[in-house]
Amino acid sequence: MDGTAGLGVAGVTLCYSTAEQIVTATYRVSFHVAPGDRFILLGPSGCGKSSLLKAVGGYMAPVEGHIALNGREVHRPGPDRMMVFQEFDQLLPWKTVKQNIMFPMLASGKYSRIEAAERADMYIGKVNLFRARDSFPHTLSGGMKQRVAIARGMAMEPDILLMDEPFAALDSLTRGQMQDELLGLWEETRCTLLFVTHSISEATKIGNRILLMSAHPGRVRAEINQVAGRGKALEAEIYGLLFGSEVGHDE
Amino acid sequence: MMSDIIHDIDHAAPLEIVDRPVPWARRLYANAGVRRAAVVLLLAAIWQVYGVWLNNPLLFPTLSDTLVAMGEGVVSGEIPRKVAISLRVLLMGYGLGIFVAGVLTGLAATSRLGSSLLETLTAMLNPLPAIALLPLAMIWFGLGEGSLIFVLLHAVTWVVAMNTHSGFLSVSQTLRMVGRNYGLSLPGYVFRILVPAAFPSILSGLKIGWAFAWRTLVAAELVFGAASGKGGLGWYIFQNKNELEIPNVFAGLLAVIAIGLIVDSLVFGQIEKRTLRRWGMQAH
Repeated sequence: MDGTAGLGVAGVTLCYSTAEQIVTATYRVSFHVAPGDRFILLGPSGCGKSSLLKAVGGYMAPVEGHIALNGREVHRPGPDRMMVFQEFDQLLPWKTVKQNIMFPMLASGKYSRIEAAERADMYIGKVNLFRARDSFPHTLSGGMKQRVAIARGMAMEPDILLMDEPFAALDSLTRGQMQDELLGLWEETRCTLLFVTHSISEATKIGNRILLMSAHPGRVRAEINQVAGRGKALEAEIYGLLFGSEVGHDE
Repeated sequence: MMSDIIHDIDHAAPLEIVDRPVPWARRLYANAGVRRAAVVLLLAAIWQVYGVWLNNPLLFPTLSDTLVAMGEGVVSGEIPRKVAISLRVLLMGYGLGIFVAGVLTGLAATSRLGSSLLETLTAMLNPLPAIALLPLAMIWFGLGEGSLIFVLLHAVTWVVAMNTHSGFLSVSQTLRMVGRNYGLSLPGYVFRILVPAAFPSILSGLKIGWAFAWRTLVAAELVFGAASGKGGLGWYIFQNKNELEIPNVFAGLLAVIAIGLIVDSLVFGQIEKRTLRRWGMQAH
């Protein structure tokens, strides 16, 4: 595969140290995300999927291997890789919805104030938050906060949008609705997504490609490159791969 | 045939059941200003009743005598002059203290050695009463504003630095990662992410620092206002005590309290209303 366009993760080993020991989070993980992919990192807790996302975000340096985005090696966090977190406190409480969305555009110097305001309004419209535009985050529901965070990430038009279980803290009704909305937004923007989840159904609903990981240490179990239209059968197959004894293989 | 889903179940309740106005007594009670005014009035009433009952103006003048003395002091211009002298020194010491605290916390936020430096200095020096440094300050800086500003600096710096530092430490990991995501420079990260995120702690540090500064200044003036030739409120209190003008002593104390209340409710109260409460970082 071509390593220049998109995100290339090659043989990445990640370690983090607790007070007593050094834990290997992932061991020689490789994958490639092409532009326009909705790439899912799926696995049980402890498989290092969030650590991988943090490494792509530039918050964690690999002990071994390389991470490159569009041919440039990742060394530090940057606005070309916008993050959406699971936690509701990811919005800046001292800024309104619109100011929150504008902040990265201005802070990174990527857009002028006028452009940033226009783009913020456009993305507020896309996530249906016009009525909350001038509200402060503490007055919003969990789902609305996550919508703001997604709008903030997408409005930057990053090379890749990194999403760390963004819907995990939502109730199941809101979660389903947010998944549909995210797919709708992707249809409009065709942005590249790297999405971490531990939910099989969420993975098959959102992704077009899935990297299945196993735990302790995190390793690639399977790469599923054909997700669309396989529905429940694929879910069962993934379930078997994660928990069954027989080793499956993928096309 | 019965439908599986029944639509339009009558759910239109009369409007007055859903929304009712809050009774006026509860609205008054909900207003912090009204509650505080009630407390002040109650304390004033107790003072007046006790003063009249004791009937000993040398020990404890009534509130009305004190107010008369205060009125005379204000009209003659003596109290405003003393207040101005005190406030001028106070603001210089307070400002300098905040500046030094800012530098120290900036170091602490950006390096682990700076953090240890701040924590050690604070642990050592914060328990030391500012007034205990006054004799030393008088030797170093002489009998004048220099000494006062030095003890004020000591009174303000540690508490402001300590609160700001602990505020920075309590900024959530998520917000830190969000801030670093945007490619901000180090000062940009500190001033645009850490400072607003830690603002509740910073503001409470500033409030405590203000109170510490005020009480330190009045105490220091009691000690050597005379020597410097032009004392502030503390000196006014001390001088009137020597002349057994006890209502004036009380008027001086009342002025100290009044300024404290005014600054607390007008300055800090307004800042809280416009920032923390608006941002949902503090309960009403």
